[in-house]
Amino acid sequence: MDLRSRSEDNLQVVSVHDARIDAAVAIEFKDAMRASTDGGSETVILDLSEVQFIDSSGLGAIVAAMKNMGQARTLALAGLTPTVDKVFRLTRMDSVFAVFPTLDGALTELKA
Amino acid sequence: MPDIQVCVQSSKLAVREALKELLAGLGPLHLDVEEVGTVELVMAEALNNIVEHAYPAGDPAGPIRIACKHATDGLHLTVTDEGRGMPDGRTPLGLAANLDVDFCDMPEGGFGWFLIKDLAKEVTYKRIDPQNRLTLRLAVAMA
Repeated sequence: MDLRSRSEDNLQVVSVHDARIDAAVAIEFKDAMRASTDGGSETVILDLSEVQFIDSSGLGAIVAAMKNMGQARTLALAGLTPTVDKVFRLTRMDSVFAVFPTLDGALTELKA
Repeated sequence: MPDIQVCVQSSKLAVREALKELLAGLGPLHLDVEEVGTVELVMAEALNNIVEHAYPAGDPAGPIRIACKHATDGLHLTVTDEGRGMPDGRTPLGLAANLDVDFCDMPEGGFGWFLIKDLAKEVTYKRIDPQNRLTLRLAVAMA
């Protein structure tokens, strides 16, 4: 699982450089997210713009990553491609996360 | 579109392989991104369930077969395996997960059957020993 993390002001951006977060890599993704976000900034933006597909295991792994960060921190999602967006909408998980159409939009909004 | 037959041996990466073959076979239908998403999502969930529950770790791996036909009312898919049957001989209800819970109780699973039943028009399951047979109709590429 190729996750890359960088900081912008008080925010951390974790970009997923893989086309799929599915059952085959869900545990690996969860572990990689834990390693990137432990001790990190209060707000983390997960950039999903390169991810073309997630299944329910991938969705579960993103929820697990949010829970691992704890309630005092925020995991925002940015750049959802059509099928990824569909999974969040259908399961209503788009109401649990702050979801932004683009990474730029998320940065502008969350830096404020 | 010619009928599609896909057969893979159950494994962690078998689902990706089977989905890739199935979607390649659907090429002639020129599905839009929304329709491809529906097919890929429903089938990913159905196949993940087989890998996880019909052939659980510790059991020998076995075949997973997909047959797909295109008709005027959409795609008719049949998925068969020779692993363990569904508990109680039927599919889970697939209710929407309850999100009105405390932060630490937020669900990390249980979305699979909900997605299948939400997106597929008809879902039937039969155990015909030694086979599990799941049939699905997806309302995509309708005439």
